[in-house]
Amino acid sequence: MTILAIDTSNHPLGVALLDDNQVLGEFMTNLKKNHSVRIMPAIQTLMKDCERLPADLTKIVVAKGPGSYTGVRIGVTIAKTLAWSLNIPLVGISSLEVLAAGIGRYFDGYVAPLVDARRGQIYTALYQGENGKLTAVVEDQLVMVDEWALRIAAMGKPILFVGNDVPIHRAILEKTLGTQATFASITEYNPRPAELALLGKEKMGEDIHSFVPNYIRLAEAEAKWLEAKGKILNG
Amino acid sequence: MKKELLILGIETSCDETAVAIIKNGREMAANVVASQIESHKRFGGVVPEIASRHHVEQITIVIEEALQQANLTMAEIDAIAVTEGPGLVGALLIGVNAAKALAFAHNKPLVPVHHIAGHIYANRLITELKFPLLALVVSGGHTELVYMKEHGHFEVIGETRDDAAGEAYDKVARTLHMPYPGGPHIDRLAQEGNPTIPLPRAWLEEGSYDFSFSGLKSAVINAVHNAEQRGESIAPEDLAASFQASVIEVLVKKTEKAVAAYGVEQILIAGGVAANKGLRQALEHAFSKNPGIELVIPPLSLCTDNAAMIAAAGSVMFEKGIRAGLDLNAIPGLDIELYNG
Ligand SMILES: [Zn+2]
Repeated sequence: MTILAIDTSNHPLGVALLDDNQVLGEFMTNLKKNHSVRIMPAIQTLMKDCERLPADLTKIVVAKGPGSYTGVRIGVTIAKTLAWSLNIPLVGISSLEVLAAGIGRYFDGYVAPLVDARRGQIYTALYQGENGKLTAVVEDQLVMVDEWALRIAAMGKPILFVGNDVPIHRAILEKTLGTQATFASITEYNPRPAELALLGKEKMGEDIHSFVPNYIRLAEAEAKWLEAKGKILNG
Repeated sequence: MKKELLILGIETSCDETAVAIIKNGREMAANVVASQIESHKRFGGVVPEIASRHHVEQITIVIEEALQQANLTMAEIDAIAVTEGPGLVGALLIGVNAAKALAFAHNKPLVPVHHIAGHIYANRLITELKFPLLALVVSGGHTELVYMKEHGHFEVIGETRDDAAGEAYDKVARTLHMPYPGGPHIDRLAQEGNPTIPLPRAWLEEGSYDFSFSGLKSAVINAVHNAEQRGESIAPEDLAASFQASVIEVLVKKTEKAVAAYGVEQILIAGGVAANKGLRQALEHAFSKNPGIELVIPPLSLCTDNAAMIAAAGSVMFEKGIRAGLDLNAIPGLDIELYNG
């Protein structure tokens, strides 16, 4: 078994190869550079270093969003095409879950992975670690950060925040949550591609042709169109 | 010795997800196009984010269909050709990344193709090219005269300075309250009317093969507004006929001049606007006087965006030794002359 994991859903670019019982290799950067130019060479280099050929792969796991629309699409397109043409299963994992997974497995409380979505909004969720496994408590969503802080404060449990965009929202989270909030160190801020591979390891393959990113949001033009249509229907 | 060259082409530069397989540069083994036009109609034009989303939904389906149609496996394909640009960047990225993944998975060469080179090479699926030749490229995004002295060598001798001809068609269609895409509607309406409304022709400076359609577009909009203010109405079929007459006259005259100046053997018509009946008739009429020069106009299905044209151009590029690495990017404003080497 050799799993290839691909994550280009946000600024971090990640590739990992997971064998039966070990992480063979991992490549990760946290740079504002072009994923389209760098991801395939990264996959190629890692596989060469690990002495694995495309034909050796048994599964593709991809971070399916939420995140940058273009970034998620690059990873998903490559994952779909590889899985389809190599005739192997494809598994999609939430980009937020990957972020929560590493540190979250061992935290006594809830983990809140966070990605900035501009204008006071964040992509976030709540996960809970138990016996080394991770379960979703609140599913991935787009929400105003102040609203979110009030909502999770009411849950009364310790909450661990993780993600490169945490510093943008730290002040408001601290203000609302006080000592209920814990902040991971910067070494935990990047989603680990090996965690992505592991999260997909036991999951069943999905239908490759119909696999799409989890954008969370409709395209702006479509949202406006639906709104206008609704007005006509209701007006 | 290998008997045939099989190139798989991928095209996603705008709102068609397309994959095709071309044998020996000229024979169509498969040609699959998934059009998004129905989805974009409700917005009155192509919405880039929605186009990108549709490409992700379609890409593996279309690749699979093309291989099935040709009854081939990836192992039998010699190289993957893909549109590198120009086009919508988010849309191009889907084709480019799918092509790179395919090339990597099956250890095949990757060949970058310019979208306009593709439109020109659609003609090679009809007849063999004869050099030197002149290509008139008219589409929603392009109005260009391209001179080719040999395979894979492109010299842009004229191009639009503002709107492409296809863009002008869409804007005029909107003024006449016609649905998107407007080109075919204007063309149909023009057949029913007479070119009675005086509209300008942009010849630009003496000897220039460049085009300009924004003045014409404004003149059409003004004609409609002025008539409305006077409480009169212009017959839409006459306006369509007058607009079309102006566009066609400029396209044909400039092409005729370039043909004379460059002494070409063949004239190729390329791009979506080449489907226009009025333009086809005018070109056929203009060049029928000149039996020494062959005029080639591809059928409608090869004028609009497709991947057969990308695989056809890719076949020539492949034989010229043009290759891309796995760091190939999508280039929205790609220059065709970069391929000349
Ligand atoms: Zn085109």
